[in-house]
Amino acid sequence: MVEKRRFGNLVPHLILLVGVSIVAFPVYLAFVASTHDAATIANGQMQPVPGPHFLENYYRTIFVGTSSSTREPVGTMMLNSFVMAMGIALGKILISIISAYAVVYFRFPFRMTAFWIIFVTLMLPVEVRIYPTYKIVADLGLIDTYAGLTMPLVASATGTLLFRQFFMTIPDELLEASKIDGAGAFRFFKDTVLPLSITTIAALFVIQFIYGWNQYLWPLLITTKDNMQTIVIGIKKMIVTQDALTEWQLAMATAVLAMLPPVVVVVLMQRLFVKGLVETEK
Amino acid sequence: MAEVVLKDVRKTYAGGVEAVKGVSLDIPDGGFCVLVGPSGCGKSTLLRMIAGLETITAGSVAIGPRVVNDVEPADRDIAMVFQNYALYPHMSVYDNMAYGLKNRGTPKDEIDKRVKEAARILAIESFLARKPRALSGGQRQRVAMGRAIVRKPQVFLFDEPLSNLDAKLRVQMRVEIKRLQRALGVTSVYVTHDQVEAMTLSDKLVVMNAGNVEQVGLPNDVYKRPASRFVATFIGSPPMNIVPGIVEGDGRVAVGGHMLAVADMAPGLAPGTVLDVGLRPEDLEVSGGPGIRLPVDFVEELGATQLFHGKLDGAEMVVQAPTGAITSDTRQLTLTIDAAKVHLFDRDTGARRGR
Amino acid sequence: MEKRSVISGRLLPYLLLLPQLAITLVFFYWPASQALWQSFMLEDAFGLSSEFVGLENYAALFQQPEYFRAVGTTFIFSTAVTVLSLSVALLLAAMADRQIRGAPVYKTLLIWPYAVAPAIAGVLWLFMFQPSLGLVARGLRSLGLDWNPLLNGNHAMMLVVLSATWKQISYNFLFFLAGLQAIPKSLIEAAAIDGARPTRRFWTIVFPLLSPTTFFLLVVNIVYVFFDTFGIIDAVTGGGPAKATETLVYKVYSDGRLGGDLGGSAAQSVILMIIVIALTAVQFRFVERKVQY
Ligand SMILES: Nc1ncnc2c1ncn2[C@@H]1O[C@H](COP(=O)(O)OP(=O)(O)OP(=O)(O)O)[C@@H](O)[C@H]1O
Ligand SMILES: [Mg+2]
Repeated sequence: MVEKRRFGNLVPHLILLVGVSIVAFPVYLAFVASTHDAATIANGQMQPVPGPHFLENYYRTIFVGTSSSTREPVGTMMLNSFVMAMGIALGKILISIISAYAVVYFRFPFRMTAFWIIFVTLMLPVEVRIYPTYKIVADLGLIDTYAGLTMPLVASATGTLLFRQFFMTIPDELLEASKIDGAGAFRFFKDTVLPLSITTIAALFVIQFIYGWNQYLWPLLITTKDNMQTIVIGIKKMIVTQDALTEWQLAMATAVLAMLPPVVVVVLMQRLFVKGLVETEK
Repeated sequence: MAEVVLKDVRKTYAGGVEAVKGVSLDIPDGGFCVLVGPSGCGKSTLLRMIAGLETITAGSVAIGPRVVNDVEPADRDIAMVFQNYALYPHMSVYDNMAYGLKNRGTPKDEIDKRVKEAARILAIESFLARKPRALSGGQRQRVAMGRAIVRKPQVFLFDEPLSNLDAKLRVQMRVEIKRLQRALGVTSVYVTHDQVEAMTLSDKLVVMNAGNVEQVGLPNDVYKRPASRFVATFIGSPPMNIVPGIVEGDGRVAVGGHMLAVADMAPGLAPGTVLDVGLRPEDLEVSGGPGIRLPVDFVEELGATQLFHGKLDGAEMVVQAPTGAITSDTRQLTLTIDAAKVHLFDRDTGARRGR
Repeated sequence: MEKRSVISGRLLPYLLLLPQLAITLVFFYWPASQALWQSFMLEDAFGLSSEFVGLENYAALFQQPEYFRAVGTTFIFSTAVTVLSLSVALLLAAMADRQIRGAPVYKTLLIWPYAVAPAIAGVLWLFMFQPSLGLVARGLRSLGLDWNPLLNGNHAMMLVVLSATWKQISYNFLFFLAGLQAIPKSLIEAAAIDGARPTRRFWTIVFPLLSPTTFFLLVVNIVYVFFDTFGIIDAVTGGGPAKATETLVYKVYSDGRLGGDLGGSAAQSVILMIIVIALTAVQFRFVERKVQY
């Protein structure tokens, strides 16, 4: 910046290029593998350039499935993942925006108690209470249902805190003007709070969609039927570590398909993604 | 249209702060009442109680014949203009103005008629489709006014509507508000801490201090006969000089070794009583003969007038004179004042000691 | 900070809070208290009856050499991933923060792995390092290295560390870059005028100013390694070989599922909860400090 560099900006470019390559290489390789046939990969003959079996492999992956452990086509799994991710993201947004609205804009007994009850859950990832949660979901008869997949992951303090923080920045005068203009709790929410929250909602959506899509341990426990599996656990079942029978070309096609939606979301909505990430951590 | 009547209105906030300590006020139908006072004196609180945005701790607020203590803001038939305008940022100018009418179920063509009419009056017709963020401060101010007038309310409430504008625009908008209020004849309550606004806009000036009303009156009466030392120094610019004086006998006070005649001194003030004597900078006159001798420390040139600064018996003193009336390198002034323009205040309570 | 104006309503706020509170109580507080309760209970082999045993489950846990092994594994794993991913991310962020051409493009190209599921990240690396057919594994073997993460515990550990690091770099990069961009340029210019060379400037001015970000990331990374890497370990090694990659969280899972030792698993859960709460508390102390600046 200040002084002239002898080699221009060569060093930073080089370092960044190496970084980008290391980050991209595993994915590139997965894509390459998804375009070769099983034999080429199994023999260890695969070269790091795409092969000729792209359409065939992806067709089989999406519509037919592997011939080993899990026989469900990946199309079904993607649908399940999509339903779960949308359910978690939208569910979270819905329940946290209304709870934040209550906490910020109303005064009532036990307001702070309610806030703290929600707040404390910030510290309890699902992994540490996995079996008791499993038992409750089982008792409620929600094993192998979308409700069972999403509901336990829908509650979290993150959304409520994020919306609370945003609502605090809305000037008091807007509520006062709305009151004078004859808007009640519902109209103020619908006509003013909601339109102003659009970016916050979108940012939270991006983060939560990724969070939901990438869930692993919970769907692993809660789904027993193959047709309820999500793609992230489906792929694990395709890979039999000790077994030469793993159909790697299909597994890698599945990996690519599993990465595609969340990565596309991040790249296309980078600004919202960064906003969501930075603000949910505050 | 309606009158607004406050009866012993009080406000104690949840934290125990007593913001308004018993205010009674009678604003006639079509009147323009300005609440003025220093920051934190409770003007906004009082206004917000009229609006229904704060609960009334004690006393009553009536708009027209109706006591509105327990009436929702929307049902009080008032409109309010906020300091930061409080325009809905995501709605167009048109929708900002139409929102209150829509919520009341006013028919669409009636809304359209009223919005267009208000836009015409305020000369904002060309911005109707814009969002507030695409407007200048002055334009936003007009939209906020527009939002108030489309409602055709009984009462306009203004909370420092001009303080976010630059000096020039403020003068211009002040004039417009006055003209508009005259034309519409809507009872108005206006909060400001700018005494020029207060003087020019009001036909009923209310000076507040620490939650109490210090004085109510026509602006000129308040200026000419301030009820207390506080009002005397608050209204008028530059502020009234307050210097110590000693009662010498009936109608006479000694200030800085000079005897001043006082026209409206309260009867029965014992000789030797120490008082605060108020002398407006613009009322002091330079005399050739005897008078109060003021050593000049420095002079401020304001263009049309000059301000001579000095100290009399330890008190700051300012004399205002038209430019050129006194040569600016004068080292000492000898001052006299019309007996009718001398104000006397109690040293301890600050109350007026005139008749 | 509180709102000056509020909306009146007695029942409505409770209705608005109801869904969030109901789900929180049913799926957070109830299970968490169950875990706590179970950690004091011993179930018989058939799960028919259970009795209160106080701290016995904890005592039994602390007598298990495997438990301490898992503690050690978690420690090595989290230290390696945290140090590696933070340093690589800091290096990349420092480079991207210079005003070079294409910086936004680099940014985009570096942040997307955040969106990759941990389990998928694990599978990608497993494929590269699969001893018989992986491209990188073949390279290592041709160099004469007997690479086999399926049998060699150290190799397996390296593999999960690499996968976890790969995935975490993007997150750390993003926060480091934001932290760097928040440093006023005038400070760096002042240092330049004082004659500090770029490297020296970085370590004496930039790095100290970045310390809040670094500390924040340290905590977040530890939490990440503790919990979010479950998918990586399960997909890549399944905790093996011979439990060489069994972390604390993985042990909760496998003891509860495979071993059926619910009391012991619950006791482990409770310990983990205490760790998370402690970490979060540390972070809040720090956030409070940050607010006071
Ligand atoms: N919500 C509140 N809770 C507690 N005290 C308050 C609240 N709002 C105002 N006050 C206090 O009440 C007093 C009067 O406040 P108010 O806003 O009416 O002053 P003001 O005359 O409008 O001042 P300004 O010219 O600064 O706007 C102040 O001391 C203020 O601190
Ligand atoms: Mg005010």
